[in-house]
Amino acid sequence: MVSLTINGQKVEVEPEATILQAAEKLGIFIPTFCYDPQLTLVGACRMCVVEVEGMRALVASCCTPVRDGMVVHTDTERVRMAREVNLNLLLANHPLDCLTCEKNGDCRLQDYCYLYGVSESDYKGDRKDYELEDTNPFFIRDMNKCILCGLCVRTCQEVNGAAAIEIMNRGFDSKVATAFNDPLETSPCVFCGMCVDVCPVGALTPKQSIGKGRSYELDTVKTVCPYCGTGCGLELYIKNNEIVRVKGDPSSPVNRGQVCVKGHFGTDFLKNPERLKVPLIKKNGEFVESSWDEALGLVAEKLKGVKGTELAGLSSARATNEENYLFQKLLRSLGTNNIDHCARL
Amino acid sequence: MTNSIGEIEEAGTLLVIGSNTTETHPVIGYRMKMAQRKGASLIVVDPRRIDLAEHADLFLQLRPGTNEALLNGLIHVIIEEGLVDEEFVRERTEGYAEMEAAVKKYTPEYVEGITGVAADDIRQAARLYAQAENAAIFYTMGITQHSSGTNNVLAIANLAMVTGNVGKRSAGVNPLRGQNNVQGACDMGALPNVFTGYQPVDNRDAQSKFKKDWGVKLPTVPGLTVTEIIDGILDGKIKVLYVMGENPALSDANLNHVLEALDKVDFLVVQDIFLTETAARADVVLPAAAFAEKKGTFTNTERRVQLVRQAVNPPGDAWADWVILQELASRIGLKWNYRGPEEIFREIARLTPSYAGISYERLEKEGGLQWPCPDAGHPGTPYLHANQFSRGKGRFTPVEYQPPAEEPDEEYPLLLTTGRSLFHYHTGTMTRRSGAIDSFKPEELAQISREDAQKFGIGDGDLVKVTSRRGDVKVRVQVTEIVPPGVVFMTFHFHEAAVNRLTSNKVDPIAKIPEYKVCAVKLEKVAP
Ligand code: SF4
Ligand code: SF4
Ligand code: SF4
Ligand code: FES
Repeated sequence: MVSLTINGQKVEVEPEATILQAAEKLGIFIPTFCYDPQLTLVGACRMCVVEVEGMRALVASCCTPVRDGMVVHTDTERVRMAREVNLNLLLANHPLDCLTCEKNGDCRLQDYCYLYGVSESDYKGDRKDYELEDTNPFFIRDMNKCILCGLCVRTCQEVNGAAAIEIMNRGFDSKVATAFNDPLETSPCVFCGMCVDVCPVGALTPKQSIGKGRSYELDTVKTVCPYCGTGCGLELYIKNNEIVRVKGDPSSPVNRGQVCVKGHFGTDFLKNPERLKVPLIKKNGEFVESSWDEALGLVAEKLKGVKGTELAGLSSARATNEENYLFQKLLRSLGTNNIDHCARL
Repeated sequence: MTNSIGEIEEAGTLLVIGSNTTETHPVIGYRMKMAQRKGASLIVVDPRRIDLAEHADLFLQLRPGTNEALLNGLIHVIIEEGLVDEEFVRERTEGYAEMEAAVKKYTPEYVEGITGVAADDIRQAARLYAQAENAAIFYTMGITQHSSGTNNVLAIANLAMVTGNVGKRSAGVNPLRGQNNVQGACDMGALPNVFTGYQPVDNRDAQSKFKKDWGVKLPTVPGLTVTEIIDGILDGKIKVLYVMGENPALSDANLNHVLEALDKVDFLVVQDIFLTETAARADVVLPAAAFAEKKGTFTNTERRVQLVRQAVNPPGDAWADWVILQELASRIGLKWNYRGPEEIFREIARLTPSYAGISYERLEKEGGLQWPCPDAGHPGTPYLHANQFSRGKGRFTPVEYQPPAEEPDEEYPLLLTTGRSLFHYHTGTMTRRSGAIDSFKPEELAQISREDAQKFGIGDGDLVKVTSRRGDVKVRVQVTEIVPPGVVFMTFHFHEAAVNRLTSNKVDPIAKIPEYKVCAVKLEKVAP
């Protein structure tokens, strides 16, 4: 173990730890844009700079390893100045339309500007003027809001493996794009939307969420994806009895926040108008709406009216364990083992 | 799965056979690609040049329906080159000699003749698999949906045991389960021959335990499987069918046969969230709550039991399935009195040794538990068979290659194989009603090779009629490099092009799984 001091507090960490991780251990906050514990470190944004005694320049805490006896300050005047300048430069190039931006309230650029009192940029210059990419049904890409942290690019390469996007060009013209700067549909993109979940700003917006509520108005419920047998943990964001956004659950030991297109963008079937809402009984070849009482009475009568051997049931690979359990208990209690589900199919 | 999803990244070799993982289990697919980037050898065996094949160190493109021959070929090479884990075979297994004798004739050259895979690639795959510290095998329906499905699974077990790749972290045999709770449905005894936790219905101890706990008389002979139930209806033996959340009218092989049965049965009850193709044929339809509208647990493919929580209310007057079942039970005269899913789960844990240590409290705290979890202090089991197999010694079973039940001929010159795609799911009950997904992938495209396209005068996007001995469907065509000449690929997500009108219901004699993967078809271009 290595021992160091951060803002006057002593902490012991593994020798491979970074200053940022040591600070996290103490509960000391350091702002970051380009850092994600699941991805390779690039040290690109320099938002996380700190002062280390004995070192002339400020260092990026996300990619500077600790050393024994190191003395670190995370919130000095110099550090604050550097972060302010950084934010100032980003704002010079940022459309300040927070009023209508979907990311308002959950945006790291907004949060840090608030923290450091940066409300507009002192730098005047050219602004980016990219067209919105709005051609796929899952999310919108607005590269005018991109701060080039590269999280989406690394997620796509290192987590998904699709490597659909990269940072093209240099300097002012840098832009996250597909190989030929064509829409995502023409690239290896599989619309997992994991890039959307990691973007710290409003550059990538899921369409299902637009106008559906501010992040601070939403309740979160953790559950399990209804699709494949992987069983990814999902976080459902709810407002007014509606799922308005879905993210992978980072605390799930199964998927560690990772998801695919179905789990991420495929839960809106719940509110499809074709959902069954009342019991139906077929009378003279036509379905007629009925009460539960009538429908269940009829079913009970038919289930009781045959011998066990004349009865069969197909249970569901989509229902819960508890429901599958009760289904087989019911059929077995009625005297039949003719129970199956489509595991074989 | 005998291993956990979290162990994939640490494997030395991954052998993925008959699983289009990046489309059917995308997040598991990410992990396989991650493992490969970290240095694992990735071997992909599939008739189609699937996405994962592009990331593989070695891609073996075999003829559909020839898996056992290939697996036997791998074992042959392992024996011939002295790569057998002798200690494991001696200590942990039995029946090696018979298996060894059976693979003798499967030389790489002989296997090349059957599978179309180059003999040298077979040798190299065998070495990569056998020489890795930890090697894990993954498979899905590509393996089980053949009339020889059970043999395929046995051959996979032989391969794993002969190299001692079982019962270790990152080494094992991993069937990837298709639907989110198919593992749980099996665990809960939604099967004709077992109660919960695979306790046989014809075992006296199990019978008396359940009889006593439930307070009812129980049938003692195993019941019928799905395919037998359908036949039973057509024979007039089954009169009432209760379907909860399944859509056999689209998912079952030889669809016309199934539709006939659903129309024939005296009384059909369907409990579902949409008026599916099956529900439309019902006498009574009961509206159910969907995921996110109820509480409970699901069990994933790595045997992890996880809590499912309610986020929104069910629409209209729809009820959770467990509520419907309990109301029905009371009308039948059964005195159930569950106050909620948690109480049902307590009963499951009480009656099921592998779930005995699991409770909602622990699931809430520990974020899911992998069975077997025999008592409240047990941490769960990330990988199976650590010190011994459930039946004691692992048994080698000799397996012979059998050609698919239906092979192409002059009249039906192409092989149809079926599967899933990334964007849709199963019969499309949910994804076809998801606005974004359905607008992105609104229709089925049958995949054919450039060579066949030329041969039959069909162009990309043309409408064709695909005909088998059992039926026909109309579908648009995608000309692609993914399928080899002689093969047509379709999914079963789209009711407009219900591929199971074509497939064979010839079933594997033991597992009773229909042969979805291979049947003979012909193509004709038709006017739009
Ligand atoms: S949606 Fe997924 S695949 Fe597509 S660019 Fe984003 S991370 Fe990559
Ligand atoms: S789109 Fe978002 S995640 Fe990607 S580089 Fe820009 S700001 Fe970062
Ligand atoms: S998010 Fe995708 S990979 Fe995960 S369980 Fe759902 S369907 Fe499967
Ligand atoms: S967060 Fe450290 S450089 Fe970006």
